[in-house]
Formats: sequence, C-alpha cells, structure tokens
Amino acid sequence: MALTKEQIAQRIAKELKDGYYVNLGIGIPTLVANYIPEGVNVVFQSENGLLGMGPFPLEGEEDPDLINAGKQTITTLPGSAFFDSAMSFGMIRAGKVDLTVLGAMEVSQQGDIANWKIPGKMVKGMGGAMDLVASAKNIIVAMVHSNPKGESKLLPQCTLPLTGLRCVKKIVSDLAVLDVIPEGFKLLERAPGVSVEEIKSKTAGKLIIEGEIPEMIF
Amino acid sequence: MNKVVSTAEEAIRDIQDGHTLMLGGFGLCGIPENCIAALVKKGVKQLTCISNNAGVENFGIGLLLQQRQVVKMIASYVGENAEFERQLLSGELEVELIPQGTLASRCLAAGYGMPAIYTPAGVGTEVADGKELRNFNGKDYLMEYAFNADFAIVKAWKGDTQGNLVYKETARNFNPLMAMAGRVTIAEVEELVPAGGLDPNIIHTPGIYVHRIFQGKEYEKRIEQRTVRKVNQVK
Repeated sequence: MALTKEQIAQRIAKELKDGYYVNLGIGIPTLVANYIPEGVNVVFQSENGLLGMGPFPLEGEEDPDLINAGKQTITTLPGSAFFDSAMSFGMIRAGKVDLTVLGAMEVSQQGDIANWKIPGKMVKGMGGAMDLVASAKNIIVAMVHSNPKGESKLLPQCTLPLTGLRCVKKIVSDLAVLDVIPEGFKLLERAPGVSVEEIKSKTAGKLIIEGEIPEMIF
Repeated sequence: MNKVVSTAEEAIRDIQDGHTLMLGGFGLCGIPENCIAALVKKGVKQLTCISNNAGVENFGIGLLLQQRQVVKMIASYVGENAEFERQLLSGELEVELIPQGTLASRCLAAGYGMPAIYTPAGVGTEVADGKELRNFNGKDYLMEYAFNADFAIVKAWKGDTQGNLVYKETARNFNPLMAMAGRVTIAEVEELVPAGGLDPNIIHTPGIYVHRIFQGKEYEKRIEQRTVRKVNQVK
C-alpha cells in the first residue's frame, strides 16, 4: 500500500535528531511536526522570522502578528526568538539550519529540484524555496512518486523550470525512501506491501538497487 | 528632532505618480494599513511596489492593484490574488519574482550602503539569466543589486517621536529592512510615545533611518489563514 501523506510525514520525522534546527515547507512537510519522536527535541524555524514555532493556537487565541511562512496563525514555545527576514535567510544561507523538508514537483537523479513554476500556468512565485535549496546542507523532499497524470516525478532530468541544482539528499515518497547519490536514486526502503518492481516501474530516473530492500518501519 | 506627522495623508504627501515604493509586511502581517489606504485615496498611479507579497484582492497592496495604481510589482510570492493574475495576464501589470532571501538582502544592502550582494539563491535557474556569476570557494553565487526606492513605508508596533521603532512578533519580517532602505522612510505605528518612552536597548530600527512617523488608527490586522487546534490536540 502506498503511504498516506501523514505516513510520509511520519517516516520523515524519523530523520529528526535531537538538537536539530528544522525548516518545514508548506504541505506534507508541515505534517512532520506531528510526529516528532519521543525524547527528540527540535526547534522549528519559520522563514518569516521565528525560531521556536509551536502548535496552532486554540480557538480565540489567534494572534494576527504571529504567523508562519504559510501565513497560518501559530504560537511560540518557551525559548523562541523573532528576527527579520534578512537574518532569517542569513541563518539559512550560513548553514545553521540542520534539516529542510520541502515538497517538489520533480527531482532529478542529480538532485536538482523543480517546485515553483509550471509553464502556461499562473506563476505564484518561488517565495523562499530557492534560498533554502541553494544553501541547506540537508534537504529531504516529501512528495508522491507520480504526478496526477501517473508520470514519474523522479527523473533523469527535470523538465520543469528549476528551483535549485544538485541539492536534494533524500526523498521520502508514498512508495519509497531513496537517497540521491552521484550515481542516481538509491533505493533504501519500500512502503509496506509495495514491491521493488513497482518502484522500479514508477521511477523514470536511474534507480540503484543493492541487496534486499526492507520495508519501512514506523 | 521631531519626526511626527499627524496623519497618513500628510506622511505620503509627496509620493507622486511613477515612484518606487517599498512596503513592509509578510502576507497581511505587519503591513502599513493606514498608508495603503491613504495611497488609494490619493490615487497616485504608475507605482512600482517592492513587497514580499501583493496582498489579497480587497486588502493590503491588493487595494492599490484594484485601483490600477501599480504598474510593476517586485515580490517573492504573489499567490492569493485573482485581480493580480488578471492584470498580469492582460499585460497591464509587470511582475518581477525574486527569491525571498534575495529580496531581504537587497533591502539590507541598501540600508547598509552596499551596492550589491552575492547569493547562491537562483544559481542554475531562470533567476540567474543575465546576472553576473562569481565563484567563491568552489560555489557559484549571483550578484544582486541593492534596491533603490523613493519611499519605504513600514509598520511598527511602537515608535517614538525620534523615529525609533520596535516591531511585534512575526510582524517584524521585512519592515526593519525596508525602513533602512528608503530614500524617505515613513513609519506608521500602533503606539507613538515621547522620546525616552522606549528602552534604547530594545530598539529594532534606530530613528536615523526614519523620516516621518505617525500613530495609525483602526488597524484591522486581517488574518489570511486562520488555523486553530482543538484542546489537547498537538499541531
């Protein structure tokens, strides 16, 4: 069975390590915050100017001056800090953020990512995505393996306009966990009940399979 | 030194057709609501606006777009605005999309008296087209110029008569950067206090950058994505 969005987030959460500063993108990545492993303390960075982002507020406690990068109302946790947008991207550029989780439309076997623009459709803008992918040392992409047309999103080369070059380190899709290594997509784990054959058939880029591929454990 | 003006209308009195304006805020958070309303009322046209976003259809910069007062928008994300899309597709509006960190740094450079910055954001993408590329320590960077804006219009939480500013929570965002970067900087604040009314240790924007300040009124502070949790439910 392919993973649900929540399960993708749950699997990515296993990559969180104690003491990490983490930036979560909009969509599936946001859900990762729901599955922080027991005993692991991480600090979430929101690129509009906050370290120490907490959960959504309770009804009636929304504060219009306190939002995340998705413009949702949020809260702060003890020990949080506010700063301006230049410092926010300064800490990202300087490599202070340990892990960035982003969605993507396409990823190439070199680790290039396309996630901001579809030619012919209204372009909304790249927001902070290009800054994040150009500087983050550890980028995990959260996405489904195929687009709504059934075409693979893991490609030899991206076909859509790029967001960044050679930056994606790991992909967690609804079918598999893969590392992006110089030779291509290295298959590490498969979703429970999903065969290596199925992953192979749905991966257009070069797939590297070595030995037995275990099922994901949650 | 008293920089206080009494109204938004007075603060924006010399903004003319064709000017380039920086407007603080992220989404609808920390936007200069009073000055935007005054600009709509004044009806200045052919504006170039530099702001992270373009408001929503009937609030924020969206109000200026509705009145066709903007000819060019420089932003990182313009997602939630159908009128914006219509003007863009019809060619009435020009838009330049730039990475958010680049937008912030180009403001910072202007405020710090630096002509340009180097950033890796956009290398290998269409953002790099026509830009100078330079390699430092094995990594490529794009040269991006400091902004040059006639006016910066920002919103702060508190300010004093000397123009010193303090921002609240994530309503800080681009405001202190733009405050530093305008040829003339206008600040609207929720609470204006006499000189000495703010602790000098906590000032975010020193008054030297601010030319005009006034206490705004009737802040709506509209929330774009109201999101709540139930009791005992973690995010």
